[in-house]
Amino acid sequence: MKLIVNGKEVSLDSKLTVSELLVNQHVKMPEMVSVELNGRILRRSEFGTTALGDGDAVEFLYFMGGGRGTDGTTN
Amino acid sequence: MPWNSSILWEADVALTEQQIERYSRNIILKQIGGTGQEKLLASKVLIVGAGGLGAPAALYLAAAGVGTIGLLDGDEVDLTNLQRQIIHHTKDVGRRKVISAEEKIKAINLDVKVRTYDVWARADNIREIVRGYDFVIDGVDNFFAKFLINDVCYFERIPFSHAGILQFEGQLLTVVPGQSACYRCLFRSPPPTGSVPSCGQAGVLGVLPGVIGSLQATEAIKYLLKTGELLTDSLLTYSALTMDFRKVRVGRNPDCPLCGPKATITTLVDEGQVSCNKKGCKC
Repeated sequence: MKLIVNGKEVSLDSKLTVSELLVNQHVKMPEMVSVELNGRILRRSEFGTTALGDGDAVEFLYFMGGGRGTDGTTN
Repeated sequence: MPWNSSILWEADVALTEQQIERYSRNIILKQIGGTGQEKLLASKVLIVGAGGLGAPAALYLAAAGVGTIGLLDGDEVDLTNLQRQIIHHTKDVGRRKVISAEEKIKAINLDVKVRTYDVWARADNIREIVRGYDFVIDGVDNFFAKFLINDVCYFERIPFSHAGILQFEGQLLTVVPGQSACYRCLFRSPPPTGSVPSCGQAGVLGVLPGVIGSLQATEAIKYLLKTGELLTDSLLTYSALTMDFRKVRVGRNPDCPLCGPKATITTLVDEGQVSCNKKGCKC
């Protein structure tokens, strides 16, 4: 099965859910990622139940700040 | 580029001769002209965060002749800021950021009126501050303030430019509230505390906010002039390591808790500690 992940073709041996793709693509902190599937932003609760199909386009959109994290540290 | 006096003479009499000369490279552009330059001089842009992103945005908007620039930042200049926050100089370490930035803007262009807000953006002060501005630049360094800016601009219907940076990567999105995807359409709520590293923890290439903050200024100018195509409904991502610019289409999200049809956010709230108010505190 072939997907387009962040604009690049990715070949997979088996069908995956979005949650499994996050693991497969070594996204260590899924809580810092929004996932867009074929132009639609998924709810986090859909990650585990949404199965990906051949030709799907997936975008991982990352939280990016500007110096300060969420833990109160400064830049 | 040769001086094209015929175009310059079309400028409205409201521009002085010195202004026509100062802004000649703007005025010569058919998308700007004398009328566009007058529009810029009559425009008001608020820059929230006088740091890495706000620095180039403020300098370029001042040079372009944006008539009123608001600067909001409750911080003081730290030595570690100077690697990228180019509006602040070595002599400014320990000074209030808004004062330091105001000085540089005035040194570039006395046409610009500067309004300073030496405070942190909070739910109980931001609405009052943004009112009257034509465009807002999100140059803040924390997620709580980014969501606050998104929300207040939605409630006040003021377009803004969102940007984020980390290490070698940046992102950019222009939001025209009610018309294009907002920050919450992409990211519903702030990430869990501690989940996203800060630049202090992960580092940031100093020139990166220069690139991204300059793009924010570009979007502001385009919006003010009503020219070109805004970066709406698209998240621009940039990698300094690979020099890849990518535009990811992101339409309005029907599930958006702020601008969707079933919105649940109806008022401004502080979703976390934006910053510490203790003088000199670096928390």
